[in-house]
Amino acid sequence: MITISRLSKRFGRVEVLAGVDLRIERGHVVGLVGPNGAGKSTLIKMVLGLTHADAGDIRVDGVPIGNAEDVSYRAQIGYMPQIARFPENLSAGELLAMLRELRGTPTKTDDELLTKFALESQLDKPLRVLSGGTRQKVNACLAFLFRPKILILDEPTAGLDPLSSAILKDKILAARAEGTTVVITSHIMSELEELCDDVAFLLDGVVRYMGPVRDLTMTTRQINLERAIAALMIREVA
Amino acid sequence: MTNVVRKVVRNQLRDAVRSRWLAVYAMFFALLSDGLLRFSGSDAKAILSLTTVVLIVIPLVTLVLSTIYVYNAREFTELLLAQPIRRSSLFAGLYLGLTLPLAGGFVAGVSLPFLVRGGGDPAQQGALLTLLAIGVVLTAVFTAIAFWIALRAEDRLRGLGIALGVWMAMGLLYDGAVLVVVAIFADYPIERPLLALSFANPIDLGRMLMLLRLDVAALMGYTGAVFQRFFAGTPGIALASAALAGWVIIPLALGSRAFRRKDF
Repeated sequence: MITISRLSKRFGRVEVLAGVDLRIERGHVVGLVGPNGAGKSTLIKMVLGLTHADAGDIRVDGVPIGNAEDVSYRAQIGYMPQIARFPENLSAGELLAMLRELRGTPTKTDDELLTKFALESQLDKPLRVLSGGTRQKVNACLAFLFRPKILILDEPTAGLDPLSSAILKDKILAARAEGTTVVITSHIMSELEELCDDVAFLLDGVVRYMGPVRDLTMTTRQINLERAIAALMIREVA
Repeated sequence: MTNVVRKVVRNQLRDAVRSRWLAVYAMFFALLSDGLLRFSGSDAKAILSLTTVVLIVIPLVTLVLSTIYVYNAREFTELLLAQPIRRSSLFAGLYLGLTLPLAGGFVAGVSLPFLVRGGGDPAQQGALLTLLAIGVVLTAVFTAIAFWIALRAEDRLRGLGIALGVWMAMGLLYDGAVLVVVAIFADYPIERPLLALSFANPIDLGRMLMLLRLDVAALMGYTGAVFQRFFAGTPGIALASAALAGWVIIPLALGSRAFRRKDF
């Protein structure tokens, strides 16, 4: 469970988050939506402790993450950043080996995506020579590798071909079936409709809507999530 | 050293060994050291000339390489910070992962030509060891300074510019400034202020330690002569060493704080 209360953050003069309140229940799949620059990635990075809050509080399973030196909660989180940025001169195989070694986890790692994406043949190549899509696949593998209880996926299918995108979505659904808590940001509404229980709509640094996908389409009297969000955005801006 | 630090260091070491800069760096010192031994006639003169070059080259190369290293390690850093790894451990790992190969390259490069000659002149071996120690400490000092700069400056060109500025100020402008001060206040007793000034520059501290050791303080720099007069012998060496240690610890503490507070 992730509880975020009154979280705020500014970068210089820009107020990115202005008091975000959000509660993500254990085992729920939440889609984080909002226009570009709404603060979705910043919010995610703050849950991971990559970015520090100016004010407010984030709790993972009830434990505040404010202490920079208490990092054990991150062992439960699988993170897939928006842009796959890797050390240039490592190969994918070395990267996986290094992370396995660093974690030192006794349980067997989840290599299913590695096989399904047919990445084994790419493991010896330096990451910098891999295509953007292939790097994104490596990125996805890393998120699932340590069988996390919480998955945080920042635009997971961006840059993936339809087949790989379907493989990844199946993997997310399988994790959901196992009771994994998942947070996904995406601009592809059909994808969120397919994967999520709830959506959280972020605009101007606050959560404007949080609830089941179906409720949102009904209250806005729209036929699908994409139109519902668009209606919400127009109404908020107007 | 915690487990995580050791693993990060090992990874960074493998990276350094694989890349070309370390080999070039070590080769430069090997060629320099060998050339000076061949052409200067005596080991003492070769070590003195080596000192001059080392005091300029180590700060420059260390500052530039470390600044670039920190910016290049950004992806690696972000990746690891999403793992259950403490920022302080990662900082220590990154710092040692660069300082160790740089210092190792320097020591190996300089000492190889001496080793090939059976250790060189036995009378000068102490001086050589002092030079190696000072080179290692200066490497640690300027890596720490560069880490701090690169972590504070978001833009890499700006960071590199500041790093070069620091080198210019400490390596080049400082001596000129001391001379100007000496010229202006020639009629006043300025030995003590000059001593204080020398503590403000790790390169000058390194030079003085070397010169106290070589007993040729008057040959290089005004502060060196003053320093020798005041601190000839062990207390002076201890004081300069303590000041150098401070030059490692303070930038490291600042860098570590910047790293802990940084938003990625």
